[in-house]
Amino acid sequence: MDQTSNQRAKYFISKPIDQFFIGVYDISKFVVQFFREVFAPPYEYQEVVKQCYHVGYKSLSLITLTAFITGIVFTDHSRPALADFGATSWLPSLTGIAIVKALAPLITSLICAGKVGSQIGAELGSMKVTEQIDAMEVSAINPFKFLVVTRVLATTFMVPLLTLYSAFIGLTGSFLDVHGKDQTSLTAFIHDAFFKIGYAEILSTLIRSIMFGFTIGIVGCYKGFTTSQGTEGVGRAANSSVVIIMFLVFIEEMVVVKFFNPLYMQ
Amino acid sequence: MIVMDNDKHTHNNNREVVISIKGLYKSFEDNDVLQGIDFELHKGENVVVLGRSGSGKSVLIKIISGLMKPDKGVVKVLGKEVHRLTKKELIDLRLKIGFLFQHSALYDSMTVKENLEFPLKRNVKDISQEQIDKAVKEVLEAVGLADTADQMPTELSGGQQKRIGIARTIIMKPEIILYDEPTSGLDPLTSYEINDLINEVQHKSKASSIIITHDLTCAKKTGDRILMLIDGKFVRQGNFEEVFDTKDERVKGFYDYNFIE
Repeated sequence: MDQTSNQRAKYFISKPIDQFFIGVYDISKFVVQFFREVFAPPYEYQEVVKQCYHVGYKSLSLITLTAFITGIVFTDHSRPALADFGATSWLPSLTGIAIVKALAPLITSLICAGKVGSQIGAELGSMKVTEQIDAMEVSAINPFKFLVVTRVLATTFMVPLLTLYSAFIGLTGSFLDVHGKDQTSLTAFIHDAFFKIGYAEILSTLIRSIMFGFTIGIVGCYKGFTTSQGTEGVGRAANSSVVIIMFLVFIEEMVVVKFFNPLYMQ
Repeated sequence: MIVMDNDKHTHNNNREVVISIKGLYKSFEDNDVLQGIDFELHKGENVVVLGRSGSGKSVLIKIISGLMKPDKGVVKVLGKEVHRLTKKELIDLRLKIGFLFQHSALYDSMTVKENLEFPLKRNVKDISQEQIDKAVKEVLEAVGLADTADQMPTELSGGQQKRIGIARTIIMKPEIILYDEPTSGLDPLTSYEINDLINEVQHKSKASSIIITHDLTCAKKTGDRILMLIDGKFVRQGNFEEVFDTKDERVKGFYDYNFIE
């Protein structure tokens, strides 16, 4: 048997396909371990609060700016299309639905993917390559509980809160734009914006943002925790965290929308 | 052939064995790193494992501490077979083992004080802040860095980081200390100080130690017994002079390169 056949024989199908399935298996094990550890004492309350601060407070300025601009720009772009039908009075309703149902969870999770997911990947990756995670383990401290569980909980708690905040800021931007051009009052704007938004819509938004938050935390931690090959590996962990999180966020968005939309129709 | 220091060996036979390794094998893909290691560490003894980079020295102590699993063989630490322990039993055992990493592995998001408090706060139940502060002060004084408590690890020199690493190791009062290349990357004077500190720690704590190094000065100064690891096996054992009193070119070469080049 020649060398190429020997190399082929090492893999079940081929190297990339085998690696993909091994990756899926490893991340599934990682998720299972999270659920096993999250309910078992001791609980790292202080560290969870500290991580919530990092995830939440430190993303606030970026989310404020992005959500505000999105609110204004989306309203401005939508106006001509509605004006053609003399329906600019529908603007609050349109922006309300668009921001609460779609834009706020997506914008928030994509910003958190870039800011928080990459930071978690790089931080844990750097701890891994400098043996800080091993140091924790030999000090009889469970690094998974201290580093992974706390960060995943923090992103799972904070991304829904940031999403609600982002929706509020987006709607504020939209109101200022509508008010500036159409002199719509705040009461009328709120009434129209929330006219088509019920509990199901808000529940759908919250469920999605919880899923996005969990995805950001678990993928960032997984990539950081499995970093290898030194500083180059740390950069790769941060980068691939962002790419994978963004990909998964859009997949989850599609799955949840497809699941919830039939419920609205009923 | 393996040379034994007979007096020391007889003396060691009377002492309690704290680490016992039999038939240890470990490979990484096609690279056979450890190929049948047999070894005993006795209570209060400083054993140095010498070998070239990549010879498997660090792998050996990572297997002893349960960070890696062996392919084959039995590793007993304080009478317990490490790789058959439950999670809880392994945590209990690790409280009795200290580990100084090659690059110190200080938690860089914490101050020196927080680094030292961290294992205490999480492993010692019902310990007061006053007791923690006292323990931190004691170990910082023991390593001669009492004024660094509020500094971040990145603000310290390599030698200072090693000292803090040793302080973090001894704060839990371990029975066994594993040193991974304690003098690597340090200038000769700082290495000299670290060697002294290792001896001082051993003298005060009566802990048993394994010191992994390729630094012959460190081996000579700190080792009661020296083991030479070549090609995955211990090829020489004894005191410093005995280990290098050989015609084995692999061992002689190691000595010559350390002292001549």
